[in-house]
Amino acid sequence: MEAAIEVQGLTKRFAEALAVDDVAFTVRRGSTTALLGGNGAGKTTTLSMLLGLLLPTAGTIRVLGEDMLRHRYRVLPRMNFSSPYVEVPRRLTVAQNLRIYGMLYGLDRVGGRIRELADALDIADLLDRPTGQLSAGQRTRVALAKALINEPTLLLLDEPTASLDPDTGDSVREHLERYRARTGATFLLASHNMAEVERLCDMVLMMRRGRIVDRGSPAELVARYGRHTLEEVFLDIARERPRATEAAQ
Amino acid sequence: MNRVETATVVTGFSPRRVGALILRYLYVLRSSWPRLAELAYWPSMQVIVWGFITQFFRTNSTWVAQATGVLLGAVLLWDVLFRSQLGVSVSFLEEMWSRNLGHLFVSPLRPYEFLAALTTMSLVRTLIGMLPAALLAIPLYHFSIFDLGLPLLAFFANVVVTGWAIGIAVSGLILRYGLGAESFAWVAVFAISPVAAVFYPVSVLPGWLQPVAYALPPAHVFEGMRALMFEHVFRFDLFFTALGLNAAYLAAAGVVFLVSFGRARQLGKLMQVGE
Repeated sequence: MEAAIEVQGLTKRFAEALAVDDVAFTVRRGSTTALLGGNGAGKTTTLSMLLGLLLPTAGTIRVLGEDMLRHRYRVLPRMNFSSPYVEVPRRLTVAQNLRIYGMLYGLDRVGGRIRELADALDIADLLDRPTGQLSAGQRTRVALAKALINEPTLLLLDEPTASLDPDTGDSVREHLERYRARTGATFLLASHNMAEVERLCDMVLMMRRGRIVDRGSPAELVARYGRHTLEEVFLDIARERPRATEAAQ
Repeated sequence: MNRVETATVVTGFSPRRVGALILRYLYVLRSSWPRLAELAYWPSMQVIVWGFITQFFRTNSTWVAQATGVLLGAVLLWDVLFRSQLGVSVSFLEEMWSRNLGHLFVSPLRPYEFLAALTTMSLVRTLIGMLPAALLAIPLYHFSIFDLGLPLLAFFANVVVTGWAIGIAVSGLILRYGLGAESFAWVAVFAISPVAAVFYPVSVLPGWLQPVAYALPPAHVFEGMRALMFEHVFRFDLFFTALGLNAAYLAAAGVVFLVSFGRARQLGKLMQVGE
């Protein structure tokens, strides 16, 4: 089956800083893949290039079968993203924001889609409130509703459950799992929540200083590093410690 | 493809996406009465002040006495130009202030659709701002700019397009250099005011400066307005020259914006808006 994302030789240089260095990876359709790494590892830069918001210095990106650098407008209607670092307008109400994004994505029945999402993400009571008056957790749910407004085939999520309490975070993860099961969508997420990654993801790409330094399923990585949790693997990689399995030899 | 995808795979220019953005700016405008009042406040103040100046000059200046509305007409058209530029820039700044550009440009919105929404909204804001001022001049000073008839549309359209061109170019600079360049949005238009021949003919300017004035559309518009008021003729030559220059400046401004957009994508500015 054709990959949802194929990246080859992806490089981004800002002046003297090499933010992403010759990265290559493939994301299988219908899978959930995590991009993990410490701050400054290159995750957000990679996501930005996949979205077409940032132009790479070198490399190729194919998204849903299209060359993202040449034909991004063929792909953008079928993808979306959510990030706590990019806000939706705060002066507008939640319903107004969702209506505008629904129209931008060319939805036929925006009102119906807003009601579906409001019920699914438990934001029906928030629809008439200005987005700027919401708590951080409520804004995160609204951002997710915006990201799902066009029923994307590919969803890029930057810390999708940041600022959510454990209960709300859990229901958001449940919703994402149900959405993927129903639509067969592909998720690529950057997260610092290792429990979330272990629960949601089939594949993990570990980044450090702009490079992918390891990859595999959460279980494979845990076994490869001789650890009990993905968090321990993350720390090993971030701190450049030798694998426990290597140290024991 | 699922049902939503089928509806969303749209190629080329989409009036619906332009409409979505216009709706977004109308929501912002509607949500705050001080914003609405501010649009009409400054043009109305201008008309009141220049109305009194006109009354004074009517008895102290033979030039103004020949066409008493010349100063009020000039101030109204100049404000149309300023409001038109500001209309583009402020709507653009709304996206910068709300850190929304990242969301907009991962949607299928094209940069030229964005510009179409900004210019349409500029027209809406200009009309909201200028109509009360123009109407105010009628009872206060017995001057109706609408007496100019159809030529008023020609003057109006030309200064509006000049305002768009400046607003689009300034928005490009802000996109490229961040909110540190925001002050350009408020002052850029005044760079052309000395040579725009708003209140005086181009012939008043030093010889070396006159070609600069004639290279700008407003000089032709204001010369045309004076020709209509003083000589009662509509100068088609001035109108078409202004129209041609405006087309060139608008195209150049579009290029500045698109180049800045490309540069912003190279530098990652669409995700990280700010100073």
